[in-house]
Amino acid sequence: MPYEYLEEMAVADIAFHAWGRDVEEVFTSSVEATMNVMVEDLGSIRPVEMREVHLEQEGLDLLLFEFLQEFIYYKDSEKLMMLVDKISVIKNYDRFALKAVLKGERIDPQRHHTRADVKAVTLHRFHLVETDKGWDAMVILDI
Amino acid sequence: MPKILRRISDTLWELSQSYREGMHVPARIYGTEKLIREMDDAVFEQIANVATLPGIVKHALCMPDGHSGYGFPIGGVAAMDVQEGGVISPGGIGFDINCGMRLVVTNLSYQEVKPHLQTLVDRLFKRVPSGVGSTGFVNISRREFRKVVEEGSRWCLQQGYGWSEDLELTEACGRIEGADSSLISEKAIDRGFNQIGTLGSGNHYLEVQVVRRENIMEEETARYLGIRIPDQVVVMFHCGSRGFGHQVATDYLMVFLKVMEKKYGIRIIDRELACAPFNSPEGKDYFAAMKCAINMSYANRQVILHRIREVFAEIFGRSAEDLGMHMVYDVAHNTARLEDHDVGGRKKNLLVHRKGATRAFGPGAEELPSRYREIGQPVIIGGSMETGSYLLLGVPGGAETFYSTAHGSGRTMSRTRARKLWSGKTIQHEMEERGIYVRSASWKGLAEEAGAAYKNIDEVIRATALAGISKPVVRFTPIGNIRG
Repeated sequence: MPYEYLEEMAVADIAFHAWGRDVEEVFTSSVEATMNVMVEDLGSIRPVEMREVHLEQEGLDLLLFEFLQEFIYYKDSEKLMMLVDKISVIKNYDRFALKAVLKGERIDPQRHHTRADVKAVTLHRFHLVETDKGWDAMVILDI
Repeated sequence: MPKILRRISDTLWELSQSYREGMHVPARIYGTEKLIREMDDAVFEQIANVATLPGIVKHALCMPDGHSGYGFPIGGVAAMDVQEGGVISPGGIGFDINCGMRLVVTNLSYQEVKPHLQTLVDRLFKRVPSGVGSTGFVNISRREFRKVVEEGSRWCLQQGYGWSEDLELTEACGRIEGADSSLISEKAIDRGFNQIGTLGSGNHYLEVQVVRRENIMEEETARYLGIRIPDQVVVMFHCGSRGFGHQVATDYLMVFLKVMEKKYGIRIIDRELACAPFNSPEGKDYFAAMKCAINMSYANRQVILHRIREVFAEIFGRSAEDLGMHMVYDVAHNTARLEDHDVGGRKKNLLVHRKGATRAFGPGAEELPSRYREIGQPVIIGGSMETGSYLLLGVPGGAETFYSTAHGSGRTMSRTRARKLWSGKTIQHEMEERGIYVRSASWKGLAEEAGAAYKNIDEVIRATALAGISKPVVRFTPIGNIRG
């Protein structure tokens, strides 16, 4: 699993560390870490519904921040539990552009063992950095 | 705890301005030595960061239930002089704007409720939706929802979801002036319009509690507040503005990040402390948008109260009026309010941020409903689901904290560790053996809320009393609990 929850980084909130070989992979694992806070078994989410996301930001870290917010938005507005199906991030002059296809389904309490609702993505100690092996992110979610 | 922390009294500790570069005022933390030692180190770092915010006056404060959060610590209080460039910061309020507590009494005794306890809790669990992705029974359009966020509890009353006395017994009469829904994004509306009447998850709960005789500290005051019969049953609940408030805070965090440094030259230590001068266009917009979330939360708790009254009436076969289901009070613990306070002998208009801290006006405060003006503001503090909760009153000594006190028991252990240590099913079983019937939308969520993950609520309350910032009147013991 390309993410882990950190015991000591947050008390009432949930902190995670996610990683990947490239930007797309670290974004995808950060989404899985976020969704896994709300649903215990991500495998129980069937790819029934599809949504497209287009985002642009000056910084890659704020792009990830905004991308994670999309999943919280779909959870509340349409009761959808979404995961990344396809994703690409490209540099467009001085900005980063993200295109993604999300797939998932409506929350079904009978099949999805839910855990805690994620209220928001916080910027507290938020970081996304390039390492020797790829990319690393640290995020604290407000519960 | 940092070595440099100076003990001012048995319940007050200070980090001087020299602790960190850029602090405008010292940081003060309330708590007995035991509580201070239990606080995670990040609390001290975060409250010192708060002291660097422009326009902060007197001290950056942290209440005895404090623990680390994002931006401000939970338990953080900061008052900004809005005439002197003081800022407003979403990180000083929290994403769950107007998360708060409501307390309602009944004239039922524990003996009368006990035979029906399971049915009662099961029915409440069904009728007050909780957990991830829950929706409420109030079916309204997005357009009507914009009215709700401007009208707050008043809208609920027009729909028949409440009694007129409920408004008077809600902080700001359940509708804060100056809420402007034109400053709200469609995303925020989308996230919130079908969530009125839902609890949420995490530490949000609805609890049936009992007052034991030995837990009444001030008998006459308790009687005045509605605690009148032996083993009286009350209902307390904790929730906020749901996805709507979370989105409002997120939207403006992004706005402030863009203008803070470029336009206003404000540099901050932690991006979660993003802010703008209160008297700037962005600051004013956020204040008016935040007020919409304050009103949404009052409406949410008002509708939940309506459902609770319905359920009690069904189960006990008497009307809610006949069951004496009067509100004691409703108070927010995640807000920023403009208030007049004394600073160095002069009355100043301050923006008081309270994040996980309860306003606790002393006797005589004009904003209090007439029936509480003489005794001080009721303060409702919820403990963990396994221990107990309190009703307190604001006192004159609260002036030193801008009339603020604790809001809960405060966590000592992370959620991630708690869920590794305990199983929700075992906790439910153990609680049932102790006479507490609990229902939860999530087993893991239940494990994360175990009593042992929290500070001792009695110690927190004792600290606020010793510090002279609030005084306990009654302690409540849980008998039934619902959580998301």
